[in-house]
Amino acid sequence: MKPTHLIAAGIAALALAAGAASAEPVKIGIAAEPYPPFASPDSAGNWVGWEIEIIEAVCAAAELDCEITPVAWDGIIPSLTGQQIDAIMASMSITEDRMQTIDFSDPYYNTPTVIVADKSSDITPTPEGLAGKILGIQASTIHQAYAQKYFEGATELRTYQTQDEANQDLVAGRIDATQADSIAMADFVASDSGACCEIKGAVADDPVILGKGVGAGVRKGDDALRESLNAGIAAILADGTHEAITAKYFTESIFNQ
Amino acid sequence: MEHLAEALGLTQTLELLSLSPPGWGGNLLRGLANSLKIAFGAFGFGLVLGLLGASGKLYGGPVLRDLLAIYTTVVRAVPELVLILILYYVGTDLINQAAAAMGYGRVEISGVAAGIWVLGVVQGAYATEILRGAILAVPPGQIEAARAFGMPPLMTMRRVTIPAMLSFALPGLANLWLIATKDTALLAIVGFSELTLETKQAASSTRAYFTFFLSAGALYLIVTLFSAAAFRRLEGWARKGQPSLKRGTT
Amino acid sequence: MTALRAFLLPHRVVMIAVALGLVVWAAVAMRWDWIPKYADLALLGIWRTIWILVVSVILGFLLAVPLGLAQAVGPWYLSAPARGFCTIIRGTPLLLQIWLLYYGLGSLFPQFPWIRESELWPYLRQAWPYAILALTLSYAGYEGEVLRGAFAGVPKGQIETAQAFGMPRFTTFRRIWFPQAIQSVLPTLAGETILQLKATPLVASITIVEIYAVASRVRQDTFIVYEPLLLLAVIYMIIAGAITLLFRWLESRVPVKSR
Repeated sequence: MKPTHLIAAGIAALALAAGAASAEPVKIGIAAEPYPPFASPDSAGNWVGWEIEIIEAVCAAAELDCEITPVAWDGIIPSLTGQQIDAIMASMSITEDRMQTIDFSDPYYNTPTVIVADKSSDITPTPEGLAGKILGIQASTIHQAYAQKYFEGATELRTYQTQDEANQDLVAGRIDATQADSIAMADFVASDSGACCEIKGAVADDPVILGKGVGAGVRKGDDALRESLNAGIAAILADGTHEAITAKYFTESIFNQ
Repeated sequence: MEHLAEALGLTQTLELLSLSPPGWGGNLLRGLANSLKIAFGAFGFGLVLGLLGASGKLYGGPVLRDLLAIYTTVVRAVPELVLILILYYVGTDLINQAAAAMGYGRVEISGVAAGIWVLGVVQGAYATEILRGAILAVPPGQIEAARAFGMPPLMTMRRVTIPAMLSFALPGLANLWLIATKDTALLAIVGFSELTLETKQAASSTRAYFTFFLSAGALYLIVTLFSAAAFRRLEGWARKGQPSLKRGTT
Repeated sequence: MTALRAFLLPHRVVMIAVALGLVVWAAVAMRWDWIPKYADLALLGIWRTIWILVVSVILGFLLAVPLGLAQAVGPWYLSAPARGFCTIIRGTPLLLQIWLLYYGLGSLFPQFPWIRESELWPYLRQAWPYAILALTLSYAGYEGEVLRGAFAGVPKGQIETAQAFGMPRFTTFRRIWFPQAIQSVLPTLAGETILQLKATPLVASITIVEIYAVASRVRQDTFIVYEPLLLLAVIYMIIAGAITLLFRWLESRVPVKSR
């Protein structure tokens, strides 16, 4: 099984390297769910958001012909290894766990992890502050791994397929708090539907689980694609495109080295 | 029309559902088109598999018969959702490895094609049983007569067996088609933009859950009712010339 | 003994050997080291799947009897709504129904603050009431249709005879009509119950941790894709087999009319 996998991956990488010239599109997998302000579908059937513009800019800079392909988040890594997509650019953090299965490009943004809860609640982003509460988290995320390590047991964890569903249940009062990325959450509490809630603060950092920022995931051994994505990311960071796109969505930089 | 909508307090709902942006109606219809495409493809693929499977079960050797029995038993006992995940990941992986081994590059597998493959394999198992039952219901004399005249097996199938069994198979196939349209919803879990997923995305983007879920329900219901009517007419046509089998209600 | 010998044809022996070989290969070549860590969770998941299945089948059946009766013999103001209900349930995907109930109703809660103060709130917060409700309605919709046929299929003469003997209406129903209808639908019910089992993994999408959700969690935690899914398929096949045996036993308990 393993050697054939390697050969297949190798041939696929070769085919891809050759394919870049013959204009076979590189399929960039994103999560098929609204995740504003990074990526969400609009009513015209297109995907819009900060990360979508970054994908387009990186592909343009790296001279890749990219095609955005929505995939279910919880199957996004199997889709990559199963070759339905060629790269993941879906706010996926670079973690040790994932590096055992896939490779990552250099990071293109990084943000802290926060706990959001109802304005009237006394929840704090610590194991003690969450004891006896229900915490909603998205499956297959660093937040799930973190919550399972630090909160599980004293806190009831409820796992959702999308962060949007967790937000919805937080508003409905079915869960007491949710743990997620600070920017997505800032966007959520500023929206009409998130008016009930506020950010209760960042959780204590754990670099092994929370990772080293968000990067593009590629198949192991697909070095050609990884390097051209790296070149693209470096190019848009250098020429100010990254900053310009960020300024359209956020008031401050979301890339801190 | 506008006045009526206003009077009923439905203006906002109609705006959300309007076909051009900022309404989400277009997205729902695109989703419906994808669902129907996958349902048609899967139903057709399932029919082909079913016809092969039924012939195998009836006329095949003992090994083939046992293998087919395993296929139909497994597919009918394991949830579609689990089969979809297994076939989705395994299927594309295998095709790509095979293509790579033969020296081709990566094979482009579209979402629709993967959906058709996955649901088609599931449909095939049910179609096998339905068609096997229908072929058995054809009076054996008809098939034997065709053979006695020296008709080749394929022609017998096309000219005698299939037309004769159609009226027996149609009720089961109608049911199977309805299952196909509804099972496309399961592909939402793997992230295909079919009707149910488009609905969910529209609903969570606008927070108008009831509006969108109920409209999607209405779309599915329309498809169901129209297909049921179509299959009834088809059955009437297939039964032409046959003595009525109706004996009151079932 | 002869049955066993009839089963063990030469090609079957080869096939069984191949199957055993595959199992051994799977046990050796695939990764199963995650099983001990998740065994407890998996048992809990199986228990929840069975629990949801049993409760929704029983409640759904109880609801299906009036639905079937109303359609078979009820006046129009009962039969029309019953038929409408069955058509809607059977004409739309269960996944859509589950999401409508869970997320649709969930979106109503913030608009009515008193719901959160009510005594039902601790239950409304959980996901399982919605799962049970959706699966029960679905089973009732399909079985209502099956029972309509069954009730209508009991020969009129039987009921007329009972009435001629002066049997009260309810007794006629309980002793004559209902048992005959059930007897004729038991084989169908076995199939429908397996279909219901196959519908249970859908409730994993509303945060219920049943056996399908446990398999997803293994996949998410470890990135092992095939092994948990294969084991999951085997578990469902075992449960489906048990359901088949249970209904076969039930059928053997119901006296069969000699033909």
